[in-house]
Amino acid sequence: MLTKRIIPCLDIKDGRTVKGVNFVNLRDAGDPVELARQYAEQNADELVFLDISATEQKRKTLADLVRKVAQAIDIPFTVGGGISSVEDVAILLQNGADKVSINSAAVKRPELINELAAQFGSQCIVVAMDAKQIDKQWKVHLVGGKIPTEIDLFDWAKEVADRGAGEILFTSMDHDGTKAGFANEALARISEEVNIPIIASGGAGNTQHFIDTFTRGKADAALAASIFHFGEIAVPDLKQELKQQQIAVRI
Amino acid sequence: MKVVLVNYGAGNIKSLQFALERLGVDGILSSDVAEIQEADKVIFPGVGEASSAMVKLKESRLDLVIPKLKQPVLGICLGMQLMCTHTEEGNTPGLGIFDVAVKRFDNNLKVPQMGWNTLEKIASPLFITLGSETYMYSVHSYYAGLCKETIAQTTYGIPYSCALQKDNFYGVQFHPEKSSKAGSQLLSNFLAL
Repeated sequence: MLTKRIIPCLDIKDGRTVKGVNFVNLRDAGDPVELARQYAEQNADELVFLDISATEQKRKTLADLVRKVAQAIDIPFTVGGGISSVEDVAILLQNGADKVSINSAAVKRPELINELAAQFGSQCIVVAMDAKQIDKQWKVHLVGGKIPTEIDLFDWAKEVADRGAGEILFTSMDHDGTKAGFANEALARISEEVNIPIIASGGAGNTQHFIDTFTRGKADAALAASIFHFGEIAVPDLKQELKQQQIAVRI
Repeated sequence: MKVVLVNYGAGNIKSLQFALERLGVDGILSSDVAEIQEADKVIFPGVGEASSAMVKLKESRLDLVIPKLKQPVLGICLGMQLMCTHTEEGNTPGLGIFDVAVKRFDNNLKVPQMGWNTLEKIASPLFITLGSETYMYSVHSYYAGLCKETIAQTTYGIPYSCALQKDNFYGVQFHPEKSSKAGSQLLSNFLAL
């Protein structure tokens, strides 16, 4: 049986791991390669690296990091953050990334999704979307959730799937950093409307939140950062509890 | 031991090289016919779209070379699919090593299947020390059905061949290079054949 995936997310700035609370206050949580190795040992199912640095050397620094991570671990990992061209993606995949995640660049130029899917295959194209509710409407936001757009989350999810995205990573800005649970209603609706896997992100605070997002939220995978990095929930314990709740996980 | 990874410009093979490196083996990337024929083990990887991958194989005449190889050959993911008779992806004829066609998953499932799934009905030395509680990582939209060459199956909506074998040819739908310790064990088993 296909299992639900647990995905620790490592925010990277200038080659180091950081995690923001509501994307603002950054705290250092260690060396990315060491953390990656630890998570792989703990049976994390996948990892996501999100590069939030904005230096000129960014492309090379990130490619070097991707290579080191690929050498060190034997589980799949996704790399995202500022990816805006076919060339960006080629460099990351050549260095050993399994998937790439695109966000703002896809909103600005949706054809990018088609180009990437044609060139590299849908299986390695994750479209990340950050959204929050404005007057009860879920609106897509850009630049790490800072800039609102008029785009409806559910329309966008359908469009990216039609254009060839292999997976959707949905972060609710209303839930991210709150540790009060995932945006399960919106997640379930995306799952019903599109036919590709959905990763839930934003709001993980305890084990029950994961149970809820896999059942009520119909998520295929759940992503979290600080609760894992700061040891509030250990991946093996989380998986044992999920298994006891009859949720299929890889132990 | 000389291990050659067939290089036909299809997809990310870095992970596979790193996985072999962790087993102490240097996987040589090559499209040279003589080098492939002389290798002790050949791995036929592949990520991407079937029809364009087949065009690249034909350009280097590897479509004629691979089916005649005598040493153990391991097709992975798209590599395995291209070793079948035909794939619905791009309506592409395959190398015909395995007597089974490749079809697209039904639309009532989420496609691609992405993630870790179990192995069932294992029957091959390729899986030595790996039991039925073994999870492997896959990401694919097309699958090979069950056939007489099936040596392990996985269920996603329906049961399909997650591993095939005919003579010296092996194929796996999952990515052993991304399947943690179980995947590493499988690669090691292949290298020991």
